[in-house]
Amino acid sequence: MSETAPAQHLCLDSVTMAFGRRTVFERLSCCFPKGEISVLLGGSGSGKSTILRLIGGLVHPIDGRILVDGEDITKLANRDLAKVRHKIGMLFQGGALLDSLTVFENLALPLREHTDLDDGAIHREVDDRLASVGLHDIDDLLPNQLSGGMRKRVALARAIIRKPLILLCDEPFSGLDPISTRQVEDLLVDINRRRGITIVVVSHHVASTMRMAEQVSIVLPEGIRTGTPEEMERHEDPRIQAFLTADQDRPAGSLEEVEVLPGLGS
Amino acid sequence: MTDAIALIGSRAVQFVHEVGAVATFSGHILACLLRRPARIRRYLDEVFGLGVLSLIIICISGIAVGAVLGLQGYNTLERFGATDSLGTVVGLSLIRELGPVLTALLTTGRAGSATTAEIGTMSATEQLDGLRMMSIDPVHYVVAPKALAMVTVMPLLSALFIVCGIAGGYLVGVYWGIDPGSYLTGLETSVDFREDVLGSFIKAVVFGILVGLISTYRGFTATPTSEGVSIATTTTVVEASVCILVFDYFITALWGV
Repeated sequence: MSETAPAQHLCLDSVTMAFGRRTVFERLSCCFPKGEISVLLGGSGSGKSTILRLIGGLVHPIDGRILVDGEDITKLANRDLAKVRHKIGMLFQGGALLDSLTVFENLALPLREHTDLDDGAIHREVDDRLASVGLHDIDDLLPNQLSGGMRKRVALARAIIRKPLILLCDEPFSGLDPISTRQVEDLLVDINRRRGITIVVVSHHVASTMRMAEQVSIVLPEGIRTGTPEEMERHEDPRIQAFLTADQDRPAGSLEEVEVLPGLGS
Repeated sequence: MTDAIALIGSRAVQFVHEVGAVATFSGHILACLLRRPARIRRYLDEVFGLGVLSLIIICISGIAVGAVLGLQGYNTLERFGATDSLGTVVGLSLIRELGPVLTALLTTGRAGSATTAEIGTMSATEQLDGLRMMSIDPVHYVVAPKALAMVTVMPLLSALFIVCGIAGGYLVGVYWGIDPGSYLTGLETSVDFREDVLGSFIKAVVFGILVGLISTYRGFTATPTSEGVSIATTTTVVEASVCILVFDYFITALWGV
């Protein structure tokens, strides 16, 4: 385990990101505490998922530093970036399971690629990981034979099978019914408590995220506002209040005077 | 006027950029083919998907083309009283030209488009990013086995197409009264292994490289949307077909194959 100082464990430092001529954010800085669950909230198009993809090295910033376990990944060549990714697991919004492989093969793939485990050990590891997300006897099924909730849980099992230090979750609750949402939420909290993994969750599901988060960050046009869930609930900024309470009962039209977050209400 | 010049300049820069990107992509595939672990299982799966599943279309098309060649050749040769040369005409046409070219065009339509659509869909559904996050190079895992399989199956399918075509011509010729022995003897005496068969093989390999490269590149760089995948698939068929015909001309003109 690295001796990295908590503040530098996972940080974006003055990062500017653009796709073509569209600037997503400028000089954005934020840190995610080691071993905690952090939640990123914000309007659609505010760049939350882009932050996860930047941390994973899937997209590259125009400027700034991205520290993963204390190492600036923006300067790394692809080979070195692949080494850093050993420390990261990522749960994609759609699961990103390889649809030509069975559930077992999907989970076994990273073990076969990066470990010397024999077939028996890989079988045991895969079964343990599936059991840890509450799934049994689905080894031979293809991803398209699974329900949305099961697919998310299989993808979660694959993301943690190499025991990463950091788990990035992009919209883990999207498209799930309330029971499946709660199951995935409980799983993430359980993984964090048992393994001490740093978890960063991007979600629009305010209720779940406020329950599980130890740090909440809200992406605003001028930067990120960060605090504990309690601090954010008491925050004076009306945009943050509007975002956190938008799914609660409120009189029609009461949000109209609030300056919306990027994409929110559009 | 300045707009037109700017447009031409922009297109030229875009073209050079695209050529550079394709060259880089080709280099990446070559590097991946030399890198461990060798993706033998995935390569064999692709050979099955691209090759074995194309057998029926290749056989039917080969017989049909051979039969038409036999019929047209018979009608033409009959005017000169040279129907005994039907085996030569059908054989050389198929081996030197029609076998590799038509096989490449058919394979582009069936397997090339499927390759682009599959890789493009994997990109759109974040499967390629999923591989990257598992520290697995998607070019090594997905693209290189497909490209290599395309290069491997193309000469084999072309050979099968030629054999089926010769059989189709034989059936038509014999039906119209040509002596079976003279058909086969004409074929045997006129086909030179080095000049004709080896040339045909080289053409098929070149076409395999073209189709493999274009179909994987277009899929890999497809815009990750359903429309983007659709456009990439269409582009693959158009670009690969045109490239096959253009390269066929140059290979024939430069090396007389």
